[in-house]
Amino acid sequence: MEDSIGKVVIPGDILQNLDEKKGKIKVTVGPGLIRDGSHIAVTKSGILRHREPSVFWVDCHQKRYVPARGDNVIGIVTAKQGDVFKVDIGSSEPASLSFMAFEAATKRNRPNLNVGDCVNAKLLVANKDCEPELVCIDSYGRSSGLGILPNEGFLLQCSIGLVRQLLRNKFNVLTFLGKAIQYEVAIGMNGRIWLHCHTVRETIAISNAICRSELMSDEEVQIMSKKVVDSLQGFE
Amino acid sequence: MKDHPLSNCEEKFVLAAIAENRRFDGRGVYIYRPIVILYGHDRGCCHVQIGCTRVLAQVSCEVIIPKQTRPNEGVLHMNVELSPMACPSFEAGKQSDYGVEVNRALERLLRDSLCIDLESLCIMSGEKVWQIRVDVHVLNHDGNLIDCSSIAAIAALSHFRRPDVTVSGEEVTIHPLDEKDAVPLSVNHIPLSVTFAFFDQGRTLLVDPTDQEERVMDGKMVVGINKHRELCMLHVSGKMLVLQDQVVRCVNIAAARVGEITDLIKDTLEKDNAARKSGKEFGFAKCLADVILGVDDLLKHYVDSMSVDTTSVGQTAKTVVDADGNRVQMEVDNAETGNVSIKVPGTGKMSTNTEGGAVTWCEGEESDSDVILLDKNDSTSSEVSSKQVSAVVELSDSEEESVLMTSQDLERTELSKSRAIETRENRGGRCRGKSFGGRNRGKRGRGNGQRYF
Repeated sequence: MEDSIGKVVIPGDILQNLDEKKGKIKVTVGPGLIRDGSHIAVTKSGILRHREPSVFWVDCHQKRYVPARGDNVIGIVTAKQGDVFKVDIGSSEPASLSFMAFEAATKRNRPNLNVGDCVNAKLLVANKDCEPELVCIDSYGRSSGLGILPNEGFLLQCSIGLVRQLLRNKFNVLTFLGKAIQYEVAIGMNGRIWLHCHTVRETIAISNAICRSELMSDEEVQIMSKKVVDSLQGFE
Repeated sequence: MKDHPLSNCEEKFVLAAIAENRRFDGRGVYIYRPIVILYGHDRGCCHVQIGCTRVLAQVSCEVIIPKQTRPNEGVLHMNVELSPMACPSFEAGKQSDYGVEVNRALERLLRDSLCIDLESLCIMSGEKVWQIRVDVHVLNHDGNLIDCSSIAAIAALSHFRRPDVTVSGEEVTIHPLDEKDAVPLSVNHIPLSVTFAFFDQGRTLLVDPTDQEERVMDGKMVVGINKHRELCMLHVSGKMLVLQDQVVRCVNIAAARVGEITDLIKDTLEKDNAARKSGKEFGFAKCLADVILGVDDLLKHYVDSMSVDTTSVGQTAKTVVDADGNRVQMEVDNAETGNVSIKVPGTGKMSTNTEGGAVTWCEGEESDSDVILLDKNDSTSSEVSSKQVSAVVELSDSEEESVLMTSQDLERTELSKSRAIETRENRGGRCRGKSFGGRNRGKRGRGNGQRYF
């Protein structure tokens, strides 16, 4: 397995030499990999990645979101049905979000959420043939950053790969721009980024910079960020 | 399947940006996205891109029996296909309301404005005429579908050649292409549409709206016009009030835009013809190599070649081939696979040589011959439109009968439509054929058919 890290893998490949090292190790397989009996098979074509100690996944270009348990996603409320909200998270089926799954929510004290509003939520249930279920609290009943997103700012749609890249890299376009411009951001694993700046101009500039950074190296991102900041501040 | 819903914050933001005269792609209010026109290997096949909106038009012909009411006229048939591939909200099969709207707009623009001389399509009066069929396939929807389709349809019609026919007595011979050269359709003029999106109760307007802008707009107005400032179609839909001077302003802007697009169409047609005559390569395969798919300049940003080892894949491929019973001998040249590099992570552009790895981001605009940004800044366009206003007035004393759009006519129509028209979804606000001249263009003599092209 070690020898194919960083190389191109295609669907149907079997990852070998998995338990060669020390008898039994616990392996976490991410997107693009699947357990097939005693071995691990590749289901997407891309580049195999590894993170210590034993996390493996395949980097590939994808736009369609497939729900996975534990993902933080940004959803748009499409309907209220009884005591649940129907929330679009970009998956094949809309997810459900209970009225009670908010911090300090009671039967009387319902969250003020209308159709078209955005929520930052965590996926509690994500099974194959089953409706995904969202929550906006952790297991201690606290919001921990989840919840209703303010009705201002902008919602950006991008590829799943870019979102992963933004969340994985410590030094990305967001940190470079954040040194000069104040903004709030919420990144959903479903390829949606909520962004809020002081002015419309900054929001447009930052969202375009984020979209462009997808295919750039770190140095290029740095140059671009500098240019964006300069032009926003009136130089150039 | 339904399209992804529009969130409240997106709607609010787009409206706020428009109120500040900003657009998401940095365009000015009256500026088009870059337009790319490509022609296929076969005649009558045209692919048009406006930004990320992509449309493919294919023209075909067939001999049919004419309608009894018009025994010596050919038939022009338009068909628009909105496939789910273009946008998840489009359904396959039956035509949606939006599909009917686009189809009808194209029919009014192309058929009712008589841009194709239908009488020249007659082979034998009352018995045999040519039917010209234009199939417009929407490949990707990112707003402004009507403009994109109209460019594709008229460019495909101008590009098309029908087989030559000889009639001797009762006998009709349709010559195959190797026997006699095919003949072009007689295109009288090139009508094109320009879409305006209205916001803030008709107070602000935008040219060439994107999908996002179309979703939040109050309504839109489609102006069909040709280079000679002859109005062929006017279509207003949505819930808004249109003021008289807004209509006149839109027509003036449209006239300026259409001139530029017509030049682009003629230019690309000439290039394609020249390539065909001189025996150079032509068709999509050639063009796509020149123009990278997706005008979005995202795709033009390459990172430095990242070397990715593909030897194991090559070997796997070889073993797979071997397992199939050695039918295909596949040579895995190690020296060559060593050079395989992925230029862009994610898009997987692979190549065995070292082409295309340059970073173009810092170098500013790439000027591609077929890609044009229709206007450089706002100030010129406003100047242009102010000049055009005076031009309209001059046209009023034009001696030519076929120039129908005079300032008096315009005023008369507008007055008859009162100061403001409350328009309902997909109807109302259409031009009356008389004053805007959609229909009575037919009075013009047939003899000068070729004059406009």
